[in-house]
Amino acid sequence: MLQDRYTLAFRLYPYQRSADQDAPAPVRHPVVVGGCGPIGLAMALDLGRQGIPVLVLDDHEGIGMGSRAICFSKRALEIADRYGCGEAMLDKGVVWNVGKVFHDDRQVFEFNLLPEQGHKFPAFINLQQPYFERFLFEQIEAERARGAPIEIRGRNRIDAVEDMGDHVVLTVTTPDGPYTLEAQWLMACDGANSPIRAMLGLDFEGRVFQDSFLIADIKMTSASFPTERWFWFEPWFKSGASTLLHRQPDDVWRVDFQIGWDVDRKEEMKPENIRRRLDAMLGADVEYEIVWSSIYTFQCRRMRRFTHGRVIFAGDSAHQVSPFGARGANSGMQDIDNLGWKLGLVITGQAPEALVDSYNEERVHGADENILNSTRATDFITPKSKTSHIYRNAVLDLAETLPFARSLVNSGRLSVPCTYDGLSLNGPDQLPGGPARSRTGSACPDAPLGESFLLDRLGNGFVILTIDAEAPDSIEEDGIAARRLALTVKEDPTGALAARYLGAARSAVYLIRPDQHVAARWEKYDDAALRAALRKACGKD
Amino acid sequence: MAKLVTSLNIPAPDDFYETLIRAHEGLSDEDSAAFNARLILVLANHIGDPEVLGEALEAARKPSR
Repeated sequence: MLQDRYTLAFRLYPYQRSADQDAPAPVRHPVVVGGCGPIGLAMALDLGRQGIPVLVLDDHEGIGMGSRAICFSKRALEIADRYGCGEAMLDKGVVWNVGKVFHDDRQVFEFNLLPEQGHKFPAFINLQQPYFERFLFEQIEAERARGAPIEIRGRNRIDAVEDMGDHVVLTVTTPDGPYTLEAQWLMACDGANSPIRAMLGLDFEGRVFQDSFLIADIKMTSASFPTERWFWFEPWFKSGASTLLHRQPDDVWRVDFQIGWDVDRKEEMKPENIRRRLDAMLGADVEYEIVWSSIYTFQCRRMRRFTHGRVIFAGDSAHQVSPFGARGANSGMQDIDNLGWKLGLVITGQAPEALVDSYNEERVHGADENILNSTRATDFITPKSKTSHIYRNAVLDLAETLPFARSLVNSGRLSVPCTYDGLSLNGPDQLPGGPARSRTGSACPDAPLGESFLLDRLGNGFVILTIDAEAPDSIEEDGIAARRLALTVKEDPTGALAARYLGAARSAVYLIRPDQHVAARWEKYDDAALRAALRKACGKD
Repeated sequence: MAKLVTSLNIPAPDDFYETLIRAHEGLSDEDSAAFNARLILVLANHIGDPEVLGEALEAARKPSR
């Protein structure tokens, strides 16, 4: 039977009987997505916008309650913007730049993210996960109205998965009983406890951290704090071994207490016990309302491979990190960004299946970087031995007066996109004097172009970006098109384009992938070299 | 403080910190303290300059609160 595992924040896709349930033989779909969280929604958007039919199955009828992932990075917003809903997220979200780090009763230091000018999106916004998901869902509705072939079926739970080599057979349970479906490709976007991963008996290896964190989302009625990220190591108010305070939209504050491993969860979740911790922190005279609370533990681990035949894992189902650094949902969005165009080209027969393997290679690389960074932050925040505790506090002591020590304080290294250095799809990096940040394999940094921004102009396909260089307006190589975006430093009043893409070079030609990563770059256009790089970027080498 | 470098001088600070903490893994508290003492002596010899060492000793004294 279908049972609710959580309460809904928004009921969006109530169960409706589908024709597939009455079909004489199982209906085959090009892509079935298991799980309608942020990653499943993004996958549906990416494929649907390409015109690839996509069916999303979820065992609930909408978006779950609870703020959960609240910190969305520039790259995740840029990806959402490519799908058409980045600006709505930015409008609703809280932009923050200042962070303060405290130890006991002292402020150790203050930092400012000092966002570089000339980007459409800030380094971070805080936004409750249900809003993030709803904006993606609303964009799906808008795309469907324009004919995008996206379908979401609520109360459709995948209960069995059989890999048949060139397709997957799914048994789906509904309120009207089970039915069978076939999928050419199955996307497992079903979260950290992925039932699909369990059904296939696949590994998930890494470190479990023995600590729990109590989240309380509160609405303050008698006091307020500035829009800053405050982090306490060993706070004087003793409400946790560490505490984080962060602002969300709707005047809600996220408070995160590190409460240790051996806790009685039921006891700790009692409102009076949550209030005891909050009162110690805020002072007894501050009035507030608890909007949502939860206790979580976490792991830093990943599957050995993210692709298993025709089943592909993305987001938390493939990899899990500690929350320090906001690398969970943000890295899942990058998974979809990476996979969407590849799967699209494979399904339409424009690229070989090998292209999907590059998703595994590139996103395993990204996951390892995220796991490394979030593991280090966790080890700094929750030292595992007396010696590492002494070192941690020594760093905090020195950080008050010595600048170098501030660089060692690690309450989370905030998520930035990884660069696919040295991986299989990369073409040459032959731009002498070119900036390191836009080298082959990197995500394109944004830049202002008069009224618009560079990433807006790149769009969704392959692009030949020329800066003061000649090139054809478009080329086609073995069925794959690339169109030119011609720019010049004469129309770069801020100098940002030149600084980010030319460096010391006088001209540049970039081949940019549909996920806005650099596939190759040169000083001048060379037809043979560009075509070779385009083939390589599509897995045709 | 004239000669002691107090701005960041380690190219990859997180890599270094992890290596440092790893080096202590499995050691008893006493062995860790002895390890630290040996490490400081090795580094002090590498630095050599008495002025820098004097400033470092001063910087490491816990500020009075």
